[in-house]
Order: sequence, then C-alpha cells, then structure tokens
Amino acid sequence: MFALVDCNNFYASCERVFRPDLNGKPVVVLSNNDGCVIARSNEAKALGIPMGAPAFEYQPIFEQHEVHVFSSNFALYGDMSQRVMSIVAEFCPDYEVYSIDEIFLNFKGFQRFDLQKVCLEMKKKVFRWTGIPISIGIAPTKSLAKVANKIAKKFPEKTHGVYHMATEEQRIKALKWLKVEDIWGIGKQFAQKLLKIGVRTAFDFTNLPATWVAKNMTIIGLRLQKDLQGKPILDLELPQARKNIATTRTFEKPYTTFEEVKERVITFAALCAEKLRKQKSLCNALMVFIHTNYHRNDLPQYSKSAVISLPFPTNSTLEIAHFANLALKKIYADGYQYKKAGVIVMDFVQENCVQKNLFENSNEKHSALMKTIDQIHQKFGAHKVRLGTQDLKRIWKMKQENLSPCYTTKLSDVITIHCK
Amino acid sequence: MATKFHEGPYLEIYSALTETELELPLISFDLSAGFPSPALDFIDISIDLNKHLIKRPSATYFGRVRGESMCNAGINDGDLVVIDRSIEPTDGKIAVCFIDGEFTLKRIKIDKTGLWLMPENDKYQPIKIEEHNEFAIWGVVTYIIKKAQ
Repeated sequence: MFALVDCNNFYASCERVFRPDLNGKPVVVLSNNDGCVIARSNEAKALGIPMGAPAFEYQPIFEQHEVHVFSSNFALYGDMSQRVMSIVAEFCPDYEVYSIDEIFLNFKGFQRFDLQKVCLEMKKKVFRWTGIPISIGIAPTKSLAKVANKIAKKFPEKTHGVYHMATEEQRIKALKWLKVEDIWGIGKQFAQKLLKIGVRTAFDFTNLPATWVAKNMTIIGLRLQKDLQGKPILDLELPQARKNIATTRTFEKPYTTFEEVKERVITFAALCAEKLRKQKSLCNALMVFIHTNYHRNDLPQYSKSAVISLPFPTNSTLEIAHFANLALKKIYADGYQYKKAGVIVMDFVQENCVQKNLFENSNEKHSALMKTIDQIHQKFGAHKVRLGTQDLKRIWKMKQENLSPCYTTKLSDVITIHCK
Repeated sequence: MATKFHEGPYLEIYSALTETELELPLISFDLSAGFPSPALDFIDISIDLNKHLIKRPSATYFGRVRGESMCNAGINDGDLVVIDRSIEPTDGKIAVCFIDGEFTLKRIKIDKTGLWLMPENDKYQPIKIEEHNEFAIWGVVTYIIKKAQ
C-alpha cells in the first residue's frame, strides 16, 4: 500500500501558523518578486482567485475582500516542510519526499495495521506539532494514492482528510469520478488525444487496450495505465542529486552594456557554484544565455546562448565564473537592451569520484577557499564574500513588500508573546 | 558526565548565557608533545544545549516575551522562551496562548468553573476564557532563556 501525504494550501498554511488571527480569512502568497499568486487559502479560492493570478491585476479584489497578501518566504516554508516530513517519516521508514509539500509513503509490511487509523493519527500529530493541515490518500499504487488524496481533500467532512481506497469498488468509483485531464502526470497532449477518442474519465483510460496505449502514449502512458489499474508499477524514487542547476533572473531594468550584463552573469555563476557545492557535485559543462524583452516589439530583439564544455570538472566559484565570462563574451552583442540572463551548470559528477586530467585540473587550492567562503556565508549571511567582478554595493533586489518574519529560522524574527 | 539541566528552579537557566547552538567541548586541556593522551578518544563528547533544551525539534519553536505579567514565574520582558507544541497543555502548564488577535503567555488553570489564564504578577487579573473569545493554546513553554546581565 502506498500513501500520498499532501499539505493543504501549504504556503498559506505556513503563514497562518504564526498568524492565527488569519484563520478563516482569505490568504494568498505571491511568487518571487510579488508577481503572481502561488498559494491560496480555501477562502481565497472561494473568492475565485485563480492559481497564477497576476498580483497587480487582482489588487482591487484583494482590497475589496480584505485578502491578506504575503510575499513568498521560502526560509519559513522550507523549515516547516522539514518539520512535517520528519514527523511523517516517523510513521513509515520507506518514503520519498516528492515536493516541498508532498511525500509518498510505502506501507510495505503494514498488513497488520489499520492504515486509516495510522494516518489519522499522523494527521493529528502533524497538525498538533506544526499547525499544518494535511490530507492523506492511501491506495495500492502511487498514482491511485494521488487520486485518493484528491478525494480526501475534496470531501473533508466525509473523509476527515484521510481516504483509504481499499476495495475494487472504491477504485472504480474514484476513477469514474476523476476526469482524464486530472490524472497525475498525464500531460496536456495525451489528455487531448484521449478526449478526442472519447475517453473522458480515468476509468475509461484504464479500459483502453494496452496496445493502443503503448502505441499512442509510449511506455509512460502504459505504466500509468497499469498503475491506475491497481498493479504497482511506479516505485518510490530515492532522492537523487539534481542533474542540472540553473540560476536565471529577469533584470529590474534593461541593461545595455557588457559590464552590466557580465556582473549579473558572474553573480549567477557564483550562485550555481554554491548550489553545486551544497550537493557535493562538480559540473563538466555550463550554459549561459541572454535575451532582450520579447514583449517589446518596438525594440531590436536578440537572444543567444552558448554551452561550454569545461576542461575539468569543478565547483569552484572562481573557475565557473571564469568560464561563464568566456561564454558570455562569445554571445554578447552590442546595441541591444538585455532583459534576462541565466547560467545553467550541467553534466555532474560527485565530488568523491572525480577523474583527474593529465594536463589540466581544477585548482586544488580552490576547494579549501570555497569551503571557507561557504562557512563565512553560513555564519554571516549570504553574499558577504564576492568576486571582484561582482557589484559589492548591489544587494538583493527582489520585490518582497509583504514578507513575513522568518519565525522559525531567525532568532530576531521569532513570535512576540505579550505578557500583559 | 555533562551537567544536567534541571527543569526548574530557574537558577541554572539564569546562569546560561549561551545561544542554543553553542557547542562546548567537554574535555579540554593543554596537550604535551609526545605521548598521546588517552582522553583524546573522548574529545568529541560535548555539551550541546540543543539536545538538552529541545527534545522534539520538529515541534519546537521560540518566542520573545514582551511585558511583565509572568514575572513571579521568573519570566521577564525580553526573555526567550522555548515552546514545545507536542506537549499536552494541562492544568498548571505555562503556555503560549492565542487570544483575541495576539499571543500571550499565561499559566493554564482548569477547574470546575472553566478554563483560566493566570498571570503571575499581582497587578494583572486572571482571564476566564468565554465562548466569544477567539482562543487557542499554541504551545507549552519548556524553558526560559534569559541574559544574566
């Protein structure tokens, strides 16, 4: 049996834990730069605010309905996520953290347990310890657990947030209820293909001949079909180091000189290097891209990228910045207003299995230096040590007008308790 | 053995000047060249206040106290309190409560007349929780951390 544990309206719920006065009131959380809505409390959903709603467009609705708007506070969400995951993991040793707010459990060997009861207890404990409400779907396969979770969330009065798809009748009823486009991982293209041949529900999909699915939807569709039929195909995936790391940003104003763009690209390279070191990887290649503002048809447009294959694997900020600069030199052209740039590092090897090159290698002194820099950042805050090519005066310019305190990760931001 | 941290009275906590992340080596003395000290094998045993002050990290939060209504319980303005949400808020516990829009720190009293929030300062009145109050017990205070000067 598998279970999917999903935190309800996770970011909005995190904000509410430390602002109990917002319980029962509409809350939304905005993306980086306060761009669009990425989380909504149920009350905000009821107001018809869609996921991805542009903040500026919905400003009048926020004001009219007194919606509480938060900038995203990932330090807080990350910490709360870790708490939830570690409590859930105590109940079941086989688990896969699927996203910041979802975790799959494999209840292998739990035959003697009443899983409904175990999960209700889990839900209670998570809520008590963290204040985060969760929903749990239990089913014979991962994709069915996802369906069961949807049911748990959709019908909270009936399920109390835990739905166990235990019988064949329950499975069929659930799949008849689930629209084909809402199947986990189906994708837009496949969904349209299925709708075209009259397949409307997940149940219809499971009844298609396997040969048709294999032919039209590849092995991925076939696996999904089997999994939804109740034959476990998808297993828990072990956590893997990420296969590429990207740091890309839109500039707050258009840049017109090489020096300006270079400063940004070097900074992105430094961020990539830091992320690499965090997961103990080295990269063998990197890509740099730049482009102008696509929405400004009145301006000349330019967009170019370059991939550089590195002579040796590295995660040194100095070396990655050096190669990023080379790549940028290759693609930069004068006379354009640049709007966005990015650095992507790829083709990783792990730190402990690096093959040395006969002629050229990463400077070994760098690894000690990088360690020191990382420690300084950990102790005194990010971006305290920078390369000479980075702008020292520049501070993080993300728009975060309604950022909540980092209640759980910064001593100066903990909750204030009034003794009066 | 490491010093045991008492749950109370507060004397030990008064003397603790440390941030909770501070690790102190338990054994430390000058090393002489030559024969290695057998005590070196135990050098990694250290006092980690996190372990003593935080039993359940996933349920533990911190809060800053503002005001003097709990001064007779040794809790003063500016103190940092360790809050454990996993502990059952029973009669007599000091708890962080949320009432009518703000967090407050009080001792919980449960008797035949109902649920009371008891201050520990004669200048303040007990609060009886009524139906109309927007009320929740947020967590139970396990330790009080204060600066000695």
